[in-house]
Amino acid sequence: MTTEVGSETEVKKEPEQAEEQPQTQAETEQQPEQQLVDGKQEQSAHSTDLKQAEEEQNTQESPSTQQKDTTAASEQVSPAPQEGRAGVEKREEQPGSKGIARFLPPWLKKQKSQSHVEQKKSQMKEGETTENQIQEKEEKSPTQSPSKQQSIEKEGEEARKDTSVEEKEENLIQDHQQSKQEETKVDEKEEEKLSISSAETQPAKEDQKEDVVEKDSDVKVEDKKEEDTIQNTEVKTDRSIQKVPKKMKTFVCKVTLLDGTEYPCEVEKRAKGQVLFAKICEHLNLLEKDYFGLTYRDNADQKNWLDPAKEIKRQIRSLPWQFAFNVKFYPPDPSQLTEDITRYFLCLQLRQDIAVGRLPCSFVTHALLGSYTLQAELGDYDSEEHRHDYISEFQFAPTQTKELEDKVVELHKTHRGLTPAQAEALFLENAKKLSMYGVDLHHAKDSEGVDIMLGVCANGLLIYKDRLRINRFAWPKILKISYKRSNFYIKIRPGETEQFESTIGFKLPNHRSAKRLWKVCVEHHTFFRLVSPEQPPKAKFLTLGSKFRYSGRTQAQTRQASTLIDRPAPFFERTSSKRLSRSLDGVHHFTFPRSKSEGTGTKELKQLQAPAVSATEQILQQDFSAPAVSDLEVGFKDKEDGKEPGSPYKPTLSPESKIENEDKETEEQKDLDKTQEDVLKHQASISELKRNFMESSPEPRPNQWEKRLTGTLSAQTQGKAPSRTEEVHPDGRDLAESTEKLKSEMGREQEIDTQETMANEETTKMFTVSQRSESPSVAAKPAEGGEMKTQLREKKEETIVVRDVSTSSDSESEEEAEYRPQVARKDVDQIKEEPEENEHLPVRSLASTVHVEVKVPVEEKKELEEKIEKGGMLGEEVYCTTAEEREEPKVNGDVSHIDTDIVTQVICCSEPPVVKTEMVTISDAFASQKSEISTKEVPIVHTETKTITYEAAEVDGTGDSEPGVLMTAQTITSESVCTTTTTQITKTVKGGVSETRIEKRIVITGDADIDHDQALAQAIKEAKEQHPDMSVTRVVVHKETELTEEGDD
Amino acid sequence: MATTFAFGKYTHAVVRAIPDTFGKKDGDKNEQGAELDLAKAQRQYGVYTGILRQKLGLQLIEIPADSGLPDSWRVEDIAIVQGDTALITRPWSASRRKEVDAVKKVLEELKLRIVEVTDQEATLDGSDVLFTGREFFVGLSSRTNHKGAEAVADTFRDFAVSTVSVHGSAHLKNFCSMAGSDTIVIGSSDGAKKALKMMEQLTDHHYEILTVPDDAAANCIYVKVGSNSNYLLHRSADECPESAAAFQKLPDYTLVPTACSEVSKLGGTLSSCSLLINRKLEL
Repeated sequence: MTTEVGSETEVKKEPEQAEEQPQTQAETEQQPEQQLVDGKQEQSAHSTDLKQAEEEQNTQESPSTQQKDTTAASEQVSPAPQEGRAGVEKREEQPGSKGIARFLPPWLKKQKSQSHVEQKKSQMKEGETTENQIQEKEEKSPTQSPSKQQSIEKEGEEARKDTSVEEKEENLIQDHQQSKQEETKVDEKEEEKLSISSAETQPAKEDQKEDVVEKDSDVKVEDKKEEDTIQNTEVKTDRSIQKVPKKMKTFVCKVTLLDGTEYPCEVEKRAKGQVLFAKICEHLNLLEKDYFGLTYRDNADQKNWLDPAKEIKRQIRSLPWQFAFNVKFYPPDPSQLTEDITRYFLCLQLRQDIAVGRLPCSFVTHALLGSYTLQAELGDYDSEEHRHDYISEFQFAPTQTKELEDKVVELHKTHRGLTPAQAEALFLENAKKLSMYGVDLHHAKDSEGVDIMLGVCANGLLIYKDRLRINRFAWPKILKISYKRSNFYIKIRPGETEQFESTIGFKLPNHRSAKRLWKVCVEHHTFFRLVSPEQPPKAKFLTLGSKFRYSGRTQAQTRQASTLIDRPAPFFERTSSKRLSRSLDGVHHFTFPRSKSEGTGTKELKQLQAPAVSATEQILQQDFSAPAVSDLEVGFKDKEDGKEPGSPYKPTLSPESKIENEDKETEEQKDLDKTQEDVLKHQASISELKRNFMESSPEPRPNQWEKRLTGTLSAQTQGKAPSRTEEVHPDGRDLAESTEKLKSEMGREQEIDTQETMANEETTKMFTVSQRSESPSVAAKPAEGGEMKTQLREKKEETIVVRDVSTSSDSESEEEAEYRPQVARKDVDQIKEEPEENEHLPVRSLASTVHVEVKVPVEEKKELEEKIEKGGMLGEEVYCTTAEEREEPKVNGDVSHIDTDIVTQVICCSEPPVVKTEMVTISDAFASQKSEISTKEVPIVHTETKTITYEAAEVDGTGDSEPGVLMTAQTITSESVCTTTTTQITKTVKGGVSETRIEKRIVITGDADIDHDQALAQAIKEAKEQHPDMSVTRVVVHKETELTEEGDD
Repeated sequence: MATTFAFGKYTHAVVRAIPDTFGKKDGDKNEQGAELDLAKAQRQYGVYTGILRQKLGLQLIEIPADSGLPDSWRVEDIAIVQGDTALITRPWSASRRKEVDAVKKVLEELKLRIVEVTDQEATLDGSDVLFTGREFFVGLSSRTNHKGAEAVADTFRDFAVSTVSVHGSAHLKNFCSMAGSDTIVIGSSDGAKKALKMMEQLTDHHYEILTVPDDAAANCIYVKVGSNSNYLLHRSADECPESAAAFQKLPDYTLVPTACSEVSKLGGTLSSCSLLINRKLEL
């Protein structure tokens, strides 16, 4: 909540700052990338965005960058105040000054930040530059590369100004913010305070909060949310457009709508595609817009999709600003669309497709679809009104015969009583079955020069010769898609019997068509096959070729978003397709030759735009944060890959920002699940939350942690009470908190048994972070019974279970492997496919779990080193995962891989472990019953840490090709004398099958007096009894023992 | 509506009696070299039509035998009927093209939309066309060529029409058929396996696969009677002893062992002896 938080301006400035001072943080890592990659370009682009649309912070470059920015924005706290210093003081300050703020959900903050921005602006006006000036600069500084430097310089100046201004006025701003907050969010604050005391009521309150927010929602709020919603660039653009100062040079785009009318639309000269698209969607009152896109025709009269993330001008170059609004991704099941208006537009598109022959139909189907069209447009057949020639004005087929028209009429009569929406739904039900429905055809030649057609569709790539399908490559079969010059290649996964992947090449008419096809493939694959868009490839020095990636929402995301549409069904007039149909005669490209008729209906549409739209959009936007999260994962994976892409989170975040994150996640959860109470239960109380935030890192990037850990550790160790137990946080972010704690611990041992488990659930991920208590140096005196706790010294371990609830991340990690080859290639891009089996998280999740858990020992080692010779009973932790219907497939390879990680970590720490760490992984169908195994200890000198994983033998996860949708997630914590049980329940729905996954984390703390094995067995037994209908699929025993006495355990 | 028909529902069966010249002139070679028993063939034909009529309740349209057309009993080759549309084929064997007339006439009487293969380069035998209810597979065999397959694609535009290579002298349906709306029966020969693999590669759908040891047994006739009774005509245990048991795996099916040993000596199959049509004439 610093001044800097959320101010986009800053975000964008950061790169420059980075130049000035080495950033030690995640941001730094991100930024370099950007700089490296697009370097100045990006910066300039950012700045342009900024200025152009102040509100719109999103760098529309790509989801990833956007995300980075967003996150950065929310977390600028630390970076902005020169990072050079030790973060301690600052952090202390921050919490102090902005204590309240940190409890606020992200959107609130963002709001603040936004308001900040505005304030800042005004301040800036006072101070140095006026907005106008800035904008002028923008205009001058042609966002484009040519004059990058110019703009950069300017930006640099601005940035500095900003920074200084901000610093000076931080207090001011803070005050501002706070007051603002208070103004708008008094309720929430109160609630939050309340919640501090009462954990139970929290969920409900959260809800309320949300409500409040929504009520409060003014444009700003929306904007904030938009910021959150990285994916939904269009919306943002919407806004931004609205707010574009009038000085911008504008251009008039002519957009042919699906009803054949032409809609002139004014956009700023340098606007990106999404700006125009957003305007059109707004004009059309269309919310489920991700299925649609804008096309333009190039000189060769080829249809090209306008890239929303790029400037219009740069795409169309000298072509006329003439576009067509079209369906880009044909939903395989239109009945799953939420709104009739969406179906209506899909119908219009299909009628076009049919009329021009792009969607071939049999006679009967032409007649049937035609009859539904009549019913939708004319209503019931009326023998008086509808003379026999009434239909000859319609076009139902490329070549329309009298016979067909007769049949259409005949069928029309049978549809009596169907409403337009019903008739359209039936239209779609029939149209979707057509084999060429949603198939985007491209001319090509095969390797032998034979003319073929390549059809891109939701399921994969189809190869046609004439009208015959001669081959088909489902997305899961395709490992890589690339193009080089005019050649288009697909690399095919080897079949069961084959050993090697094969690459199939096709010859496209020219380079552009090859690229076009490639793009369409990437987009279709991403949209239909992934849960969240892939990050654009990291720019590497040697990478050439297109970095294009689909940047919109995927079908999964858009579906999720549309579930939140709750506006009343918008009224819209169905324009008669009569006029257009005739004009289409003989036209084989479905451009509308006549832009003529100002759509009567269109105007009405405009007028009719429901005021509710904004609210709905808000809602929609909220859930965009989900996509953002999934993007995170991408980053995460990349990091694992060692590439260290932009990490959205900064390591040394102040607590508030963590809270923000958490809140964000919470928000997402809400979005995901309408029974929010469940979801929110895990936020037991604010205080707990707080602690959790301090101690947990929602950030799913182990490698980063490690790095930070290393740094953090050494710093801490040197600086503070080295001989004492250190708070070791895998995440550097916790530094501040830990420092605080350290201080408090200085004098006396902290006698708090902190056993907290916190879970963040996100659309696609869940992190479970648990802290474990360990016996202190005092351990020489084993505690007695309940007293034990007081003797425990707090030690923290984080076990982070990263588990995908949805499929995407796997695929991404899967892809990551595929990424490497890409590097070597020039001019070739690839997209990787997740194998169908892996589509579900399980595999990955396991890996992550183990991975993280493995880390624990490392941290512990450090601590232990410091505590050498101190004996004591340590806790025992049981981690069991119960799952229904699906087992987590287990991959031994992953585990071993993780083992290596440990080693690396140790090395990183450069502190020889005193502790023996043992990792045992056992795959066993009766895992839960074999917990006794854990007792078989290996003799150890001082301390022993064991992580034993029991897996159910069944490796499932095959055939799950549908992404799961997280329905609910809840966390329940219960404590008894020596055990703390945290139950994490997540429900996902996948392909109509709902899966409930319960993770229980049982922390058994105690000394020799307690039979841990028994306690463990008991705990497992209880877990089983509690959920008799479920099966235990995994038990992870993480055991830490400090052995000073023999045979203790 | 044609697009909403239920797979396996039929109202009519078009058959053509076995002529005296059965097997005499060269329509197909006598694959097994065994002697043909005309009387037995006719008996089997009688039983076959009886099953269609009585067990399956189909309205039987029998085209009289024509001794000038020894292969004319293989009516399946002559037309491909889906919904309200019938594609009159262009058989590979020039001598068989005269068979078309009578069949076409019958189909016209049934008020089907008749489409004919006009391309003079196209050859198409109906036995090479497998309709699964969702899509067509056209076997590119010694009898059916690419142009012939194109004719199918042109005619049945609603559906994906995929081509599958068929090796040897057999037709596609000599080793596979449908045994339900999503079940493919497939033989065990290499050719059958290859074809199946190709079909699985080409399809967007998922089919259950019922593998039977004999290719010959893989040709069945699936008919849905009433709202929910599945009937499957398959080769009897006498004729395909190893395969008969496999059909027991189909749950809730009424299995009807049907003999066609004589026609099978000429490459005929159960399905090749009839054209099944779903046509409600009161429309």
